[in-house]
Amino acid sequence: MGRKLLLEHINVPGINTLAVYREQGGYRAVEKALKTLTPDDVVEEVKKSGLRGRGGAGFPTGMKWSFLAKPEGVPRYLVCNGDESEPGTFKDRYLMTHIPHALIEGMIVSSYALGANTSYIYVRGEMMPQIRILERAIEEAKAAGWLGKNILGTGYDLELYVQPGGGAYICGEETALLESLEGKRGNPRIKPPFPAIAGLYGCPTVVNNVESIAAVVPIINDGGDEYAKIGIGRSTGTKLISASGNLVKPGVYEIELGVPVEEFIYSDEYCGGIANGKRLKATVAGGSSVPILPANLTLKYANGEPRLMSYESLSEGGFATGTMLGSGGFIAFDEDQCIVRNTWNFSRFYHHESCGQCSPCREGTGWMEKILHKLEHGHGTMEDIDLLWDVQRKIEGNTICPLGDAAAWPVASAIRHFRDEFEWHVKEPMKSQSTNYGLANYANPIEKKPEEVK
Amino acid sequence: MSDLVKVTIDGITVEVEPGTTILNAARQIGGEIVPPAMCYYSKLKGSGGKCRTCIVKVSKGSEKDPRPMPKLVASCRTTVMDGMEVLNITSPEVLEARAGVVEILLINHPLDCPVCDQAGECDLQNLGYEHGLQKTRYEFERRTFDRIDIGDKIQLHMNRCILCYRCVFTADQITDKRVHGILNRGDHSEISTYIQNAVDNDFSGNVIDVCPVGALTDKTFRFKNRVWFTKPVDAHRNCSHEKCNGKVTLWYKGDDVLRVTARKDQFGEVEEFICNECRFDKKKTSDWTLEHPTHIPDTSVIASNHYETFKPLPVIKENLALQEANKRELEKTTKI
Repeated sequence: MGRKLLLEHINVPGINTLAVYREQGGYRAVEKALKTLTPDDVVEEVKKSGLRGRGGAGFPTGMKWSFLAKPEGVPRYLVCNGDESEPGTFKDRYLMTHIPHALIEGMIVSSYALGANTSYIYVRGEMMPQIRILERAIEEAKAAGWLGKNILGTGYDLELYVQPGGGAYICGEETALLESLEGKRGNPRIKPPFPAIAGLYGCPTVVNNVESIAAVVPIINDGGDEYAKIGIGRSTGTKLISASGNLVKPGVYEIELGVPVEEFIYSDEYCGGIANGKRLKATVAGGSSVPILPANLTLKYANGEPRLMSYESLSEGGFATGTMLGSGGFIAFDEDQCIVRNTWNFSRFYHHESCGQCSPCREGTGWMEKILHKLEHGHGTMEDIDLLWDVQRKIEGNTICPLGDAAAWPVASAIRHFRDEFEWHVKEPMKSQSTNYGLANYANPIEKKPEEVK
Repeated sequence: MSDLVKVTIDGITVEVEPGTTILNAARQIGGEIVPPAMCYYSKLKGSGGKCRTCIVKVSKGSEKDPRPMPKLVASCRTTVMDGMEVLNITSPEVLEARAGVVEILLINHPLDCPVCDQAGECDLQNLGYEHGLQKTRYEFERRTFDRIDIGDKIQLHMNRCILCYRCVFTADQITDKRVHGILNRGDHSEISTYIQNAVDNDFSGNVIDVCPVGALTDKTFRFKNRVWFTKPVDAHRNCSHEKCNGKVTLWYKGDDVLRVTARKDQFGEVEEFICNECRFDKKKTSDWTLEHPTHIPDTSVIASNHYETFKPLPVIKENLALQEANKRELEKTTKI
């Protein structure tokens, strides 16, 4: 049984209320931080813990905090990014629904560390129930004296606000989030300046994912060194993985980073294998933006060593044979799923969600979607596959924000690893409308019987 | 002068003020190495970074940190560092990416240049001519919008728009009140006014000048003539508007002034914004004090019909000194 830090008390009845949360040792981190530690100590602990941003990019949180500019007389802000809209990722929603106080406790400690007196939780606009849960929890915390003026008599003031999001995927990009929070159209800003220098209302700002902020609580409780012992290499601590797709037990799992992918998919502790006795065809390991991998490369590196659930291990082999941990949205596809259809679906999402500010993304995502629609519905040609490859290459890296890359990577990886399936859609247009391509060369190496080896 | 920073663009070194962008440093050098800019406008704060045609490769970040930048950067929004080395037209990677951006800008553009008023002075046309493909690879239906009139003097042809946001910045920064902006998201974004509001402001006509394509056109000039048949003349008048100095370019066809625009510099940017009275209402020669014919670069199509093609006398072909003296004219004959 792996160690649980965030979801340790998730099954305690009434954990969403302050009283029960407190009984289970809640708000200890606030007491410890505010009474015994200086803000710099807290930053130091987080640095020691090696915590990496849980929102997707995996940038070390402590480092991000230490970059924050601290000019005199200018307020600093902490903004929590709860605009979780990535297809396949639903861990933050789970956390906010069931233990809202974990997030609030993390917000208090983090705001204290950064010297912020006003902090915002920007929650995706569609998650209205979660917004109400958080607001109720903030009310409770405020009534109990954990928020407001002079917290615990230490002289530290903090106001916490929940802001419903603008209803766009792009508002999850940190600078677009800040624009949206300021009440403007959610267009990403051109960096530099980075938010650490000029963020919300032009003041130094840190934007962190919900899970990163919640993870600060166990770090302060147990100490950064203790936290760093969990996990593997530079991927320390635990990570929430939202598993979905054709799994026996989809759901949110807290794993210690470094669990083998094979164990994660097949062990009963986690996903319990592929549903309906089918075989694994492909996985998307970190939410829809990361490259899709065929089953054999998901479970093992190109050289045959087992792949682990960690930042480094999943990206082993670069984009040729690897992927990314991303935000931890693990999607499994069984042998009956069509990769072309899935790629089209992802592309449709990015086309719909492009903000329209810079040209490669605005026009290119729509173009990719149209080509994929054509291929999926049996009207494609071989040239279309090459054209698609060319279009994605022209988007990747040429845009203001990472949405362009996120739109290009799934398409690139699908063509890279599943080109034969795309070609099958071109060669057998009628058949591709009624049957599936199946496993092809990407059979699950574990379940593959010798006679099936091609 | 020790606080100037040194930057090398395509092997040409220039010293510029700190805080200058790569694009402006390149403009100080001038010539072919200046990256094209569709959305950046030096007179509008906050513009740039959107069209991605000005992307360049930074092969050396600075003297202190010589690492190259991992991605191609938008030169209009990246400031120079001391010792920075930039590759623009000498990098095949940049040219390929730029060609990609141009192709992508053109996939939903109607390419109706034969009937477009902007043809001949259109940035997108020039860009497509230099970097575009002969044939489009886009085989789907192009995005279309209805034409709308924003006010009685300006027509918006959204099909042609490349969403550079220049007109939005102009309205924000030059006029008192902006009533138009971007509606919707992604590739259905459009420039529009909220519920068919009319753009009515003394300086609203400037959005026509800043528009790099034919999306915003002057209704008083619509379909009157092709720009290369008209002759531009710089002129001025005593404008009563406090913010307008009345320095304009008149576009003549015969004895008639067909349109009035602000004066534009070599990068296609207006020198000074003019008021609507000068632009739309003063179309008689008697309203103006003429100065001189506007200088039009030889490369522009507007210049092509105005001057007789230079026919070198036989003696020039034999005399080096004469060739040297007539260099500019000889170059022009070979170019056209």
